[in-house]
Amino acid sequence: MTELILAPLAYPFVGRALLAVTMVAAVCALVGTFAVLRGMSYIGSALAHSLVPGIALGYLLGGADRDRLFWWATATAVLASLGMATLVHRARIGEDAAVGVVYAGMFALGIAIISTARSFAVDLIHFLFGNLLGINGADLVRIAATSFVIAVVILLFYKELVLVTFDPVFAVSLRLRRTLLTYLQYLLIALAIVVALQTIGIALVVTLMVAPAAAALQITRRFHHTVLVAAAIGMVSGVTGLYLSYYFNVASGAAVALVCVALFLLVTASDRLAARVSGRARADDDGPRSTTPSAGSPGTAQTA
Amino acid sequence: MRSYSCCEPAAAEGSAMLDLSGVWAHYAGRCALENVSLRLGAGERIAVVGPNGAGKSTMFKVIAGTLAPSAGSVRVFGSDPGSHVCIAYIEQHANINWRFPATVEDVVAMGRIARVRYFRYLGRRDRAIVADAMERVAIADLRRRQIGELSGGQQRRMFIARALAQEAEVMLLDEPYAGLDADASRMLSDTLDSIGESIAVMVATHDLGVAEHLDRVLLLNRRLIAAGTPDEVLAPEHLASAYGSNLRRIGAPMNRRRSLNGTSGVEAG
Repeated sequence: MTELILAPLAYPFVGRALLAVTMVAAVCALVGTFAVLRGMSYIGSALAHSLVPGIALGYLLGGADRDRLFWWATATAVLASLGMATLVHRARIGEDAAVGVVYAGMFALGIAIISTARSFAVDLIHFLFGNLLGINGADLVRIAATSFVIAVVILLFYKELVLVTFDPVFAVSLRLRRTLLTYLQYLLIALAIVVALQTIGIALVVTLMVAPAAAALQITRRFHHTVLVAAAIGMVSGVTGLYLSYYFNVASGAAVALVCVALFLLVTASDRLAARVSGRARADDDGPRSTTPSAGSPGTAQTA
Repeated sequence: MRSYSCCEPAAAEGSAMLDLSGVWAHYAGRCALENVSLRLGAGERIAVVGPNGAGKSTMFKVIAGTLAPSAGSVRVFGSDPGSHVCIAYIEQHANINWRFPATVEDVVAMGRIARVRYFRYLGRRDRAIVADAMERVAIADLRRRQIGELSGGQQRRMFIARALAQEAEVMLLDEPYAGLDADASRMLSDTLDSIGESIAVMVATHDLGVAEHLDRVLLLNRRLIAAGTPDEVLAPEHLASAYGSNLRRIGAPMNRRRSLNGTSGVEAG
Protein backbone atom coordinates (compact mmCIF):
# COMPACT_ATOMS: atom_id res chain seq x y z
CA MET A 1 0.00 0.00 0.00
CA THR A 2 2.74 2.42 1.01
CA GLU A 3 4.57 1.37 -2.12
CA LEU A 4 1.52 2.19 -4.22
CA ILE A 5 1.40 5.68 -2.74
CA LEU A 6 5.12 6.41 -2.79
CA ALA A 7 6.12 4.91 -6.15
CA PRO A 8 4.62 7.67 -8.34
CA LEU A 9 6.29 10.32 -6.19
CA ALA A 10 9.65 9.24 -7.59
CA TYR A 11 8.68 11.29 -10.63
CA PRO A 12 8.94 15.03 -9.94
CA PHE A 13 6.04 15.80 -12.29
CA VAL A 14 3.75 13.72 -10.09
CA GLY A 15 4.78 15.70 -7.03
CA ARG A 16 4.10 18.97 -8.86
CA ALA A 17 0.77 17.67 -10.04
CA LEU A 18 -0.21 16.71 -6.49
CA LEU A 19 0.67 20.15 -5.16
CA ALA A 20 -1.19 21.84 -8.00
CA VAL A 21 -4.34 19.76 -7.69
CA THR A 22 -4.46 20.27 -3.91
CA MET A 23 -4.31 24.06 -4.23
CA VAL A 24 -6.74 24.17 -7.13
CA ALA A 25 -9.24 21.91 -5.38
CA ALA A 26 -9.12 23.99 -2.20
CA VAL A 27 -9.57 27.32 -3.93
CA CYS A 28 -12.33 26.01 -6.21
CA ALA A 29 -14.21 24.62 -3.21
CA LEU A 30 -13.83 27.92 -1.35
CA VAL A 31 -15.18 29.98 -4.24
CA GLY A 32 -17.65 27.26 -5.16
CA THR A 33 -19.38 27.29 -1.77
CA PHE A 34 -20.38 30.93 -2.31
CA ALA A 35 -21.35 30.19 -5.91
CA VAL A 36 -23.53 27.19 -5.06
CA LEU A 37 -25.34 29.06 -2.27
CA ARG A 38 -25.99 31.98 -4.60
CA GLY A 39 -27.30 29.68 -7.31
CA MET A 40 -24.39 30.50 -9.62
CA SER A 41 -23.22 26.97 -10.55
CA TYR A 42 -24.34 27.35 -14.16
CA ILE A 43 -22.77 30.80 -14.35
CA GLY A 44 -19.46 29.26 -13.28
CA SER A 45 -19.57 26.83 -16.16
CA ALA A 46 -20.53 29.60 -18.59
CA LEU A 47 -17.71 31.81 -17.34
CA ALA A 48 -15.24 28.98 -17.87
CA HIS A 49 -16.29 28.57 -21.49
CA SER A 50 -16.18 32.33 -22.01
CA LEU A 51 -12.42 32.18 -21.46
CA VAL A 52 -11.86 30.10 -24.58
CA PRO A 53 -11.85 32.96 -27.13
CA GLY A 54 -9.39 34.96 -25.03
CA ILE A 55 -7.02 32.02 -24.72
CA ALA A 56 -7.37 31.20 -28.41
CA LEU A 57 -6.60 34.79 -29.36
CA GLY A 58 -3.61 34.80 -27.04
CA TYR A 59 -2.40 31.59 -28.65
CA LEU A 60 -2.74 32.99 -32.15
CA LEU A 61 -0.93 36.19 -31.27
CA GLY A 62 1.68 34.96 -28.82
CA GLY A 63 2.08 31.24 -29.36
CA ALA A 64 2.02 28.48 -26.77
CA ASP A 65 4.08 30.29 -24.14
CA ARG A 66 2.30 29.40 -20.92
CA ASP A 67 3.17 32.51 -19.00
CA ARG A 68 1.64 34.70 -21.72
CA LEU A 69 -1.38 32.47 -22.03
CA PHE A 70 -1.91 32.75 -18.28
CA TRP A 71 -2.12 36.54 -18.55
CA TRP A 72 -4.41 36.28 -21.56
CA ALA A 73 -6.62 33.96 -19.56
CA THR A 74 -6.58 36.29 -16.53
CA ALA A 75 -7.45 39.35 -18.61
CA THR A 76 -10.25 37.45 -20.32
CA ALA A 77 -11.49 36.25 -16.92
CA VAL A 78 -11.73 39.83 -15.64
CA LEU A 79 -13.59 41.00 -18.74
CA ALA A 80 -15.83 37.93 -18.91
CA SER A 81 -16.80 38.15 -15.23
CA LEU A 82 -17.65 41.86 -15.45
CA GLY A 83 -19.56 41.27 -18.67
CA MET A 84 -21.44 38.30 -17.27
CA ALA A 85 -22.33 40.11 -14.04
CA THR A 86 -23.63 43.10 -15.99
CA LEU A 87 -25.60 40.85 -18.30
CA VAL A 88 -27.19 38.88 -15.48
CA HIS A 89 -28.27 42.09 -13.74
CA ARG A 90 -29.55 43.85 -16.81
CA ALA A 91 -31.00 40.91 -18.74
CA ARG A 92 -34.70 41.11 -19.46
CA ILE A 93 -34.95 37.66 -20.98
CA GLY A 94 -34.20 35.82 -17.73
CA GLU A 95 -30.84 35.00 -16.24
CA ASP A 96 -30.49 31.42 -17.46
CA ALA A 97 -31.38 32.28 -21.06
CA ALA A 98 -28.97 35.23 -21.12
CA VAL A 99 -26.17 33.14 -19.66
CA GLY A 100 -26.96 30.29 -22.05
CA VAL A 101 -26.67 32.52 -25.10
CA VAL A 102 -23.34 33.99 -23.98
CA TYR A 103 -22.03 30.55 -22.98
CA ALA A 104 -22.61 29.07 -26.43
CA GLY A 105 -21.66 32.24 -28.27
CA MET A 106 -18.32 32.71 -26.55
CA PHE A 107 -17.42 29.03 -26.83
CA ALA A 108 -18.27 29.05 -30.55
CA LEU A 109 -16.18 32.18 -31.02
CA GLY A 110 -13.27 30.46 -29.29
CA ILE A 111 -13.57 27.35 -31.48
CA ALA A 112 -13.80 29.54 -34.59
CA ILE A 113 -10.60 31.38 -33.66
CA ILE A 114 -8.84 28.12 -32.86
CA SER A 115 -9.89 26.50 -36.12
CA THR A 116 -7.89 29.10 -38.05
CA ALA A 117 -4.69 27.68 -36.56
CA ARG A 118 -4.11 24.02 -37.38
CA SER A 119 -1.47 23.30 -34.81
CA PHE A 120 -3.63 24.25 -31.88
CA ALA A 121 -5.53 21.00 -31.44
CA VAL A 122 -3.36 19.44 -28.72
CA ASP A 123 -3.10 22.61 -26.64
CA LEU A 124 -6.82 23.14 -26.95
CA ILE A 125 -7.46 19.69 -25.56
CA HIS A 126 -5.21 20.59 -22.64
CA PHE A 127 -7.18 23.71 -21.86
CA LEU A 128 -10.50 21.95 -22.21
CA PHE A 129 -9.62 18.93 -20.10
CA GLY A 130 -6.49 19.92 -18.25
CA ASN A 131 -2.99 18.50 -18.31
CA LEU A 132 -2.18 17.90 -14.70
CA LEU A 133 0.94 15.87 -15.35
CA GLY A 134 2.40 18.61 -17.54
CA ILE A 135 2.53 21.20 -14.76
CA ASN A 136 5.98 22.81 -14.47
CA GLY A 137 7.57 24.90 -11.74
CA ALA A 138 6.43 28.23 -13.20
CA ASP A 139 2.85 26.93 -13.46
CA LEU A 140 3.00 25.97 -9.80
CA VAL A 141 4.11 29.46 -8.81
CA ARG A 142 1.29 31.04 -10.81
CA ILE A 143 -1.27 28.66 -9.31
CA ALA A 144 0.01 29.33 -5.79
CA ALA A 145 0.10 33.11 -6.23
CA THR A 146 -3.40 33.34 -7.73
CA SER A 147 -4.85 30.98 -5.12
CA PHE A 148 -3.27 33.09 -2.41
CA VAL A 149 -4.77 36.29 -3.82
CA ILE A 150 -8.22 34.70 -4.03
CA ALA A 151 -8.01 33.38 -0.46
CA VAL A 152 -6.85 36.74 0.93
CA VAL A 153 -9.61 38.67 -0.85
CA ILE A 154 -12.21 36.25 0.50
CA LEU A 155 -10.80 36.52 4.02
CA LEU A 156 -10.84 40.33 3.84
CA PHE A 157 -14.45 40.49 2.64
CA TYR A 158 -15.59 37.29 4.32
CA LYS A 159 -18.46 38.62 6.43
CA GLU A 160 -19.73 40.89 3.66
CA LEU A 161 -19.59 38.09 1.08
CA VAL A 162 -21.44 35.69 3.39
CA LEU A 163 -24.10 38.32 4.10
CA VAL A 164 -24.65 39.28 0.47
CA THR A 165 -24.91 35.58 -0.37
CA PHE A 166 -27.39 34.91 2.42
CA ASP A 167 -29.60 38.02 2.34
CA PRO A 168 -28.83 40.60 -0.38
CA VAL A 169 -31.70 42.89 0.64
CA PHE A 170 -30.46 43.13 4.21
CA ALA A 171 -26.96 43.77 2.89
CA VAL A 172 -28.35 46.78 1.02
CA SER A 173 -30.13 48.09 4.10
CA LEU A 174 -26.77 47.93 5.91
CA ARG A 175 -25.47 50.06 3.03
CA LEU A 176 -23.04 47.43 1.83
CA ARG A 177 -22.09 47.85 -1.80
CA ARG A 178 -24.16 44.96 -3.06
CA THR A 179 -23.33 45.46 -6.74
CA LEU A 180 -19.64 45.76 -6.02
CA LEU A 181 -19.68 42.61 -3.88
CA THR A 182 -21.59 40.74 -6.57
CA TYR A 183 -19.03 41.73 -9.20
CA LEU A 184 -16.33 40.62 -6.79
CA GLN A 185 -17.97 37.18 -6.55
CA TYR A 186 -18.00 36.85 -10.33
CA LEU A 187 -14.39 37.93 -10.50
CA LEU A 188 -13.34 35.41 -7.85
CA ILE A 189 -15.11 32.61 -9.73
CA ALA A 190 -13.39 33.62 -12.96
CA LEU A 191 -9.97 33.76 -11.30
CA ALA A 192 -10.51 30.34 -9.72
CA ILE A 193 -11.26 29.04 -13.22
CA VAL A 194 -7.96 30.50 -14.46
CA VAL A 195 -6.18 28.68 -11.63
CA ALA A 196 -7.91 25.46 -12.60
CA LEU A 197 -7.35 25.82 -16.35
CA GLN A 198 -4.23 23.70 -16.58
CA THR A 199 -5.11 21.19 -13.95
CA ILE A 200 -8.68 20.16 -14.62
CA GLY A 201 -9.64 22.23 -17.63
CA ILE A 202 -12.49 24.44 -18.71
CA ALA A 203 -15.00 21.68 -19.38
CA LEU A 204 -14.70 20.05 -15.96
CA VAL A 205 -13.79 22.89 -13.59
CA VAL A 206 -17.41 23.37 -12.58
CA THR A 207 -17.31 19.89 -11.01
CA LEU A 208 -14.56 21.00 -8.61
CA MET A 209 -16.60 24.08 -7.69
CA VAL A 210 -20.01 22.52 -7.31
CA ALA A 211 -19.63 18.90 -6.16
CA PRO A 212 -17.52 19.45 -3.00
CA ALA A 213 -19.69 22.39 -1.89
CA ALA A 214 -22.90 20.50 -2.60
CA ALA A 215 -21.61 17.52 -0.63
CA ALA A 216 -20.41 19.66 2.29
CA LEU A 217 -23.71 21.53 2.49
CA GLN A 218 -25.48 18.30 3.35
CA ILE A 219 -23.38 17.56 6.39
CA THR A 220 -22.57 21.00 7.84
CA ARG A 221 -24.61 23.66 9.60
CA ARG A 222 -22.35 26.70 9.63
CA PHE A 223 -20.79 28.47 6.70
CA HIS A 224 -17.14 28.21 7.68
CA HIS A 225 -17.57 24.49 8.37
CA THR A 226 -19.07 24.08 4.92
CA VAL A 227 -16.09 25.82 3.33
CA LEU A 228 -13.58 23.68 5.24
CA VAL A 229 -15.35 20.39 4.55
CA ALA A 230 -15.79 21.32 0.88
CA ALA A 231 -12.08 22.13 0.60
CA ALA A 232 -11.22 18.80 2.25
CA ILE A 233 -13.51 16.87 -0.11
CA GLY A 234 -12.01 18.72 -3.07
CA MET A 235 -8.43 18.00 -2.01
CA VAL A 236 -9.15 14.32 -1.36
CA SER A 237 -10.78 14.09 -4.79
CA GLY A 238 -7.81 15.79 -6.39
CA VAL A 239 -5.20 13.51 -4.85
CA THR A 240 -7.23 10.31 -5.29
CA GLY A 241 -8.09 11.24 -8.85
CA LEU A 242 -4.47 11.85 -9.67
CA TYR A 243 -3.40 8.43 -8.36
CA LEU A 244 -6.22 6.73 -10.29
CA SER A 245 -5.11 8.61 -13.37
CA TYR A 246 -1.53 7.43 -12.83
CA TYR A 247 -2.36 3.77 -12.30
CA PHE A 248 -5.23 3.34 -14.76
CA ASN A 249 -3.93 5.70 -17.40
CA VAL A 250 -7.09 7.82 -17.39
CA ALA A 251 -7.11 11.53 -18.28
CA SER A 252 -6.19 13.29 -15.04
CA GLY A 253 -8.87 16.01 -15.14
CA ALA A 254 -11.59 13.47 -15.82
CA ALA A 255 -10.32 11.21 -13.02
CA VAL A 256 -10.40 14.07 -10.50
CA ALA A 257 -13.88 15.12 -11.61
CA LEU A 258 -15.16 11.54 -11.37
CA VAL A 259 -13.81 11.06 -7.83
CA CYS A 260 -15.41 14.39 -6.91
CA VAL A 261 -18.80 13.26 -8.15
CA ALA A 262 -18.36 9.85 -6.51
CA LEU A 263 -17.65 11.51 -3.14
CA PHE A 264 -20.71 13.73 -3.61
CA LEU A 265 -22.89 10.66 -4.23
CA LEU A 266 -21.33 8.86 -1.27
CA VAL A 267 -21.99 11.77 1.09
CA THR A 268 -25.54 12.15 -0.23
CA ALA A 269 -26.28 8.44 0.18
CA SER A 270 -24.75 8.20 3.66
CA ASP A 271 -26.54 11.36 4.75
CA ARG A 272 -29.86 9.89 3.63
CA LEU A 273 -29.02 6.62 5.33
CA ALA A 274 -28.05 8.39 8.55
CA ALA A 275 -31.27 10.39 8.45
CA ARG A 276 -33.26 7.22 8.00
CA VAL A 277 -31.43 5.39 10.79
CA SER A 278 -31.74 8.28 13.23
CA GLY A 279 -35.37 8.74 12.20
CA ARG A 280 -36.00 5.08 12.99
CA ALA A 281 -34.11 5.36 16.28
CA ARG A 282 -36.21 8.36 17.22
CA ALA A 283 -39.35 6.50 16.25
CA ASP A 284 -38.27 3.52 18.36
CA ASP A 285 -37.92 5.81 21.35
CA ASP A 286 -41.55 6.73 20.97
CA GLY A 287 -42.52 3.17 21.71
CA PRO A 288 -44.83 0.70 20.03
CA ARG A 289 -46.89 3.38 18.27
CA SER A 290 -44.16 3.75 15.72
CA THR A 291 -44.07 0.18 14.48
CA THR A 292 -44.44 -0.12 10.75
CA PRO A 293 -47.98 0.21 9.45
CA SER A 294 -47.87 -3.36 8.13
CA ALA A 295 -47.75 -4.58 11.73
CA GLY A 296 -51.37 -3.59 11.73
CA SER A 297 -52.23 -3.89 15.41
CA PRO A 298 -55.52 -2.27 16.38
CA GLY A 299 -53.57 0.38 18.33
CA THR A 300 -51.64 1.60 15.33
CA ALA A 301 -54.74 1.67 13.24
CA GLN A 302 -56.37 4.06 15.66
CA THR A 303 -53.46 6.43 15.94
CA ALA A 304 -52.73 6.45 12.23
CA MET B 1 -14.69 54.74 2.94
CA ARG B 2 -17.88 56.34 4.16
CA SER B 3 -18.80 56.04 7.77
CA TYR B 4 -22.41 55.73 8.77
CA SER B 5 -23.35 57.43 11.93
CA CYS B 6 -26.77 56.94 13.24
CA CYS B 7 -29.22 58.58 15.46
CA GLU B 8 -27.14 61.17 17.25
CA PRO B 9 -29.54 62.57 19.88
CA ALA B 10 -28.37 66.13 19.23
CA ALA B 11 -29.01 65.81 15.55
CA ALA B 12 -32.39 64.27 16.21
CA GLU B 13 -33.62 67.16 18.29
CA GLY B 14 -36.29 69.21 16.63
CA SER B 15 -36.61 66.86 13.68
CA ALA B 16 -38.77 63.77 13.51
CA MET B 17 -37.11 60.40 13.50
CA LEU B 18 -38.64 59.74 10.14
CA ASP B 19 -40.18 62.31 7.83
CA LEU B 20 -41.80 61.51 4.49
CA SER B 21 -43.17 64.40 2.51
CA GLY B 22 -45.00 64.14 -0.77
CA VAL B 23 -43.47 60.77 -1.63
CA TRP B 24 -44.32 59.15 -4.95
CA ALA B 25 -42.84 55.78 -5.80
CA HIS B 26 -42.98 53.31 -8.65
CA TYR B 27 -42.51 49.62 -8.20
CA ALA B 28 -42.39 47.00 -10.97
CA GLY B 29 -43.25 49.67 -13.51
CA ARG B 30 -46.41 51.01 -11.93
CA CYS B 31 -47.22 53.78 -9.53
CA ALA B 32 -47.39 52.28 -6.04
CA LEU B 33 -47.37 55.37 -3.82
CA GLU B 34 -48.99 58.72 -4.52
CA ASN B 35 -48.08 61.76 -2.53
CA VAL B 36 -47.62 60.13 0.88
CA SER B 37 -46.53 62.26 3.81
CA LEU B 38 -45.84 61.00 7.28
CA ARG B 39 -43.87 61.79 10.43
CA LEU B 40 -42.73 59.23 12.93
CA GLY B 41 -41.33 59.91 16.39
CA ALA B 42 -39.13 57.81 18.64
CA GLY B 43 -40.87 54.89 20.29
CA GLU B 44 -44.05 55.14 18.22
CA ARG B 45 -45.88 52.00 17.19
CA ILE B 46 -47.67 52.48 13.90
CA ALA B 47 -49.83 50.10 11.89
CA VAL B 48 -49.99 50.44 8.13
CA VAL B 49 -53.26 48.97 6.91
CA GLY B 50 -54.47 48.58 3.36
CA PRO B 51 -55.51 46.04 0.74
CA ASN B 52 -53.07 43.98 -1.32
CA GLY B 53 -51.15 46.20 -3.70
CA ALA B 54 -51.84 49.28 -1.58
CA GLY B 55 -48.13 50.11 -1.51
CA LYS B 56 -47.33 49.01 2.04
CA SER B 57 -44.21 47.10 1.05
CA THR B 58 -43.22 49.83 -1.39
CA MET B 59 -43.45 52.39 1.39
CA PHE B 60 -41.21 50.24 3.58
CA LYS B 61 -38.68 49.83 0.77
CA VAL B 62 -38.60 53.59 0.29
CA ILE B 63 -38.12 54.20 4.01
CA ALA B 64 -35.43 51.51 4.21
CA GLY B 65 -33.62 53.21 1.35
CA THR B 66 -33.62 50.13 -0.88
CA LEU B 67 -36.00 51.79 -3.37
CA ALA B 68 -35.59 55.40 -4.47
CA PRO B 69 -38.79 57.48 -4.50
CA SER B 70 -39.68 59.01 -7.87
CA ALA B 71 -40.68 62.26 -6.18
CA GLY B 72 -40.81 63.73 -2.71
CA SER B 73 -38.35 63.43 0.12
CA VAL B 74 -37.56 60.87 2.79
CA ARG B 75 -35.57 62.09 5.76
CA VAL B 76 -34.29 59.90 8.55
CA PHE B 77 -33.03 62.05 11.42
CA GLY B 78 -32.95 64.90 8.94
CA SER B 79 -30.82 63.17 6.33
CA ASP B 80 -31.09 60.74 3.44
CA PRO B 81 -32.10 57.16 4.37
CA GLY B 82 -29.20 55.79 2.32
CA SER B 83 -26.79 57.24 4.85
CA HIS B 84 -28.28 55.38 7.79
CA VAL B 85 -27.85 51.88 9.03
CA CYS B 86 -30.47 52.21 11.75
CA ILE B 87 -33.49 51.08 9.74
CA ALA B 88 -34.36 47.39 9.84
CA TYR B 89 -36.73 46.13 7.17
CA ILE B 90 -38.11 42.69 7.93
CA GLU B 91 -39.73 41.48 4.74
CA GLN B 92 -42.81 39.32 4.53
CA HIS B 93 -41.41 36.98 1.92
CA ALA B 94 -37.74 37.43 2.62
CA ASN B 95 -35.87 35.69 -0.15
CA ILE B 96 -34.05 33.49 2.32
CA ASN B 97 -32.57 30.08 1.65
CA TRP B 98 -33.55 28.36 4.88
CA ARG B 99 -31.06 25.58 4.21
CA PHE B 100 -28.20 28.08 4.26
CA PRO B 101 -25.47 26.79 6.60
CA ALA B 102 -25.97 29.32 9.39
CA THR B 103 -27.11 29.08 12.98
CA VAL B 104 -29.49 31.53 14.64
CA GLU B 105 -26.50 33.21 16.27
CA ASP B 106 -24.72 33.55 12.90
CA VAL B 107 -27.72 35.34 11.42
CA VAL B 108 -28.23 37.64 14.41
CA ALA B 109 -24.50 38.46 14.28
CA MET B 110 -24.97 39.68 10.70
CA GLY B 111 -26.75 42.67 12.23
CA ARG B 112 -23.37 43.84 13.54
CA ILE B 113 -21.73 43.99 10.12
CA ALA B 114 -22.61 47.62 9.46
CA ARG B 115 -21.05 48.60 12.78
CA VAL B 116 -17.90 46.54 12.37
CA ARG B 117 -17.22 47.68 8.78
CA TYR B 118 -14.83 46.24 6.26
CA PHE B 119 -11.70 44.18 6.96
CA ARG B 120 -12.64 43.60 10.60
CA TYR B 121 -14.24 40.77 12.48
CA LEU B 122 -16.72 40.86 15.33
CA GLY B 123 -15.19 41.64 18.70
CA ARG B 124 -16.14 40.77 22.25
CA ARG B 125 -18.49 43.75 22.56
CA ASP B 126 -20.28 42.73 19.35
CA ARG B 127 -20.68 39.19 20.66
CA ALA B 128 -22.19 40.57 23.86
CA ILE B 129 -24.66 42.70 21.89
CA VAL B 130 -25.63 39.66 19.80
CA ALA B 131 -26.16 37.56 22.94
CA ASP B 132 -28.24 40.32 24.50
CA ALA B 133 -30.36 40.68 21.34
CA MET B 134 -31.15 36.96 21.35
CA GLU B 135 -31.99 37.14 25.05
CA ARG B 136 -34.42 40.01 24.51
CA VAL B 137 -36.49 38.14 21.94
CA ALA B 138 -36.27 34.85 23.85
CA ILE B 139 -34.34 32.83 21.29
CA ALA B 140 -31.09 32.51 23.27
CA ASP B 141 -31.75 28.80 23.77
CA LEU B 142 -32.03 28.34 19.99
CA ARG B 143 -28.73 30.02 19.20
CA ARG B 144 -27.03 26.86 17.92
CA ARG B 145 -29.96 25.75 15.78
CA GLN B 146 -29.60 25.75 12.03
CA ILE B 147 -32.07 28.37 10.78
CA GLY B 148 -34.15 25.83 8.84
CA GLU B 149 -35.07 24.15 12.12
CA LEU B 150 -37.00 27.17 13.39
CA SER B 151 -40.76 27.65 13.40
CA GLY B 152 -42.29 30.65 11.63
CA GLY B 153 -42.57 32.66 14.83
CA GLN B 154 -39.02 31.85 15.84
CA GLN B 155 -37.77 32.91 12.40
CA ARG B 156 -39.42 36.30 12.76
CA ARG B 157 -38.08 36.78 16.27
CA MET B 158 -34.63 35.91 14.95
CA PHE B 159 -34.91 38.74 12.43
CA ILE B 160 -36.04 41.10 15.19
CA ALA B 161 -32.97 40.04 17.17
CA ARG B 162 -30.86 40.78 14.10
CA ALA B 163 -32.45 44.25 13.96
CA LEU B 164 -31.63 44.74 17.66
CA ALA B 165 -28.02 43.67 17.03
CA GLN B 166 -28.00 46.19 14.19
CA GLU B 167 -29.05 48.78 16.82
CA ALA B 168 -31.97 49.69 14.59
CA GLU B 169 -34.03 52.69 15.66
CA VAL B 170 -36.77 52.11 13.13
CA MET B 171 -38.16 48.63 12.54
CA LEU B 172 -40.34 47.97 9.53
CA LEU B 173 -42.23 44.69 9.81
CA ASP B 174 -44.14 43.50 6.77
CA GLU B 175 -47.07 41.25 7.74
CA PRO B 176 -45.22 39.83 10.74
CA TYR B 177 -48.23 37.88 11.95
CA ALA B 178 -49.07 36.19 8.65
CA GLY B 179 -49.14 32.44 9.05
CA LEU B 180 -48.51 32.41 12.80
CA ASP B 181 -50.75 30.58 15.22
CA ALA B 182 -52.16 32.31 18.30
CA ASP B 183 -49.28 31.38 20.62
CA ALA B 184 -46.60 32.45 18.18
CA SER B 185 -48.48 35.71 17.50
CA ARG B 186 -48.70 36.43 21.22
CA MET B 187 -44.98 35.79 21.69
CA LEU B 188 -44.18 38.07 18.77
CA SER B 189 -46.37 40.89 20.08
CA ASP B 190 -44.87 40.49 23.56
CA THR B 191 -41.46 40.74 21.94
CA LEU B 192 -42.41 43.91 20.09
CA ASP B 193 -43.86 45.38 23.27
CA SER B 194 -40.66 44.72 25.16
CA ILE B 195 -37.98 45.87 22.73
CA GLY B 196 -37.72 49.32 24.16
CA GLU B 197 -39.22 52.76 24.07
CA SER B 198 -36.60 54.31 21.83
CA ILE B 199 -37.35 52.09 18.86
CA ALA B 200 -40.07 53.12 16.44
CA VAL B 201 -41.99 50.23 14.93
CA MET B 202 -44.11 50.19 11.78
CA VAL B 203 -46.20 47.10 11.15
CA ALA B 204 -47.83 46.48 7.78
CA THR B 205 -50.85 44.30 8.37
CA HIS B 206 -54.20 43.10 7.13
CA ASP B 207 -55.22 42.31 10.66
CA LEU B 208 -57.31 45.10 12.16
CA GLY B 209 -56.94 43.40 15.54
CA VAL B 210 -53.22 44.12 15.33
CA ALA B 211 -53.82 47.67 14.14
CA GLU B 212 -56.20 48.46 17.01
CA HIS B 213 -53.52 47.60 19.52
CA LEU B 214 -50.98 50.13 18.23
CA ASP B 215 -50.56 53.87 18.85
CA ARG B 216 -51.42 55.08 15.39
CA VAL B 217 -52.87 53.67 12.20
CA LEU B 218 -52.18 54.68 8.61
CA LEU B 219 -54.78 53.58 6.12
CA LEU B 220 -53.12 53.29 2.74
CA ASN B 221 -54.32 52.56 -0.73
CA ARG B 222 -51.54 54.00 -2.86
CA ARG B 223 -52.36 57.37 -1.30
CA LEU B 224 -52.85 57.98 2.39
CA ILE B 225 -56.56 57.65 3.11
CA ALA B 226 -56.51 58.32 6.83
CA ALA B 227 -54.03 58.61 9.65
CA GLY B 228 -54.62 58.90 13.39
CA THR B 229 -55.60 56.83 16.37
CA PRO B 230 -57.10 53.40 15.66
CA ASP B 231 -60.58 54.58 16.66
CA GLU B 232 -60.45 57.50 14.24
CA VAL B 233 -58.97 55.64 11.32
CA LEU B 234 -60.71 52.28 11.46
CA ALA B 235 -64.10 53.87 10.96
CA PRO B 236 -66.31 52.17 8.38
CA GLU B 237 -66.25 55.08 5.94
CA HIS B 238 -62.45 55.09 5.83
CA LEU B 239 -62.24 51.34 5.47
CA ALA B 240 -64.78 51.47 2.66
CA SER B 241 -62.70 54.08 0.92
CA ALA B 242 -59.59 51.92 1.20
CA TYR B 243 -61.06 48.52 0.48
CA GLY B 244 -64.06 49.45 -1.67
CA SER B 245 -67.64 49.89 -0.56
CA ASN B 246 -68.50 46.22 -0.66
CA LEU B 247 -66.71 45.57 2.60
CA ARG B 248 -67.59 43.24 5.36
CA ARG B 249 -65.80 43.05 8.62
CA ILE B 250 -65.26 39.61 10.02
CA GLY B 251 -64.60 38.98 13.69
CA ALA B 252 -65.48 41.06 16.71
CA PRO B 253 -67.24 44.44 16.64
CA MET B 254 -65.10 47.48 16.00
CA ASN B 255 -65.41 49.14 19.36
CA ARG B 256 -64.11 46.21 21.37
CA ARG B 257 -60.44 46.42 22.31
CA ARG B 258 -58.85 43.17 21.52
CA SER B 259 -55.55 41.47 22.02
CA LEU B 260 -52.89 41.58 19.35
CA ASN B 261 -53.36 38.01 18.35
CA GLY B 262 -56.98 38.60 17.45
CA THR B 263 -58.25 37.17 14.25
CA SER B 264 -60.48 39.89 12.93
CA GLY B 265 -59.72 41.19 9.50
CA VAL B 266 -61.35 42.72 6.50
CA GLU B 267 -62.36 41.29 3.22
CA ALA B 268 -63.12 43.26 0.14
CA GLY B 269 -65.97 41.62 -1.71
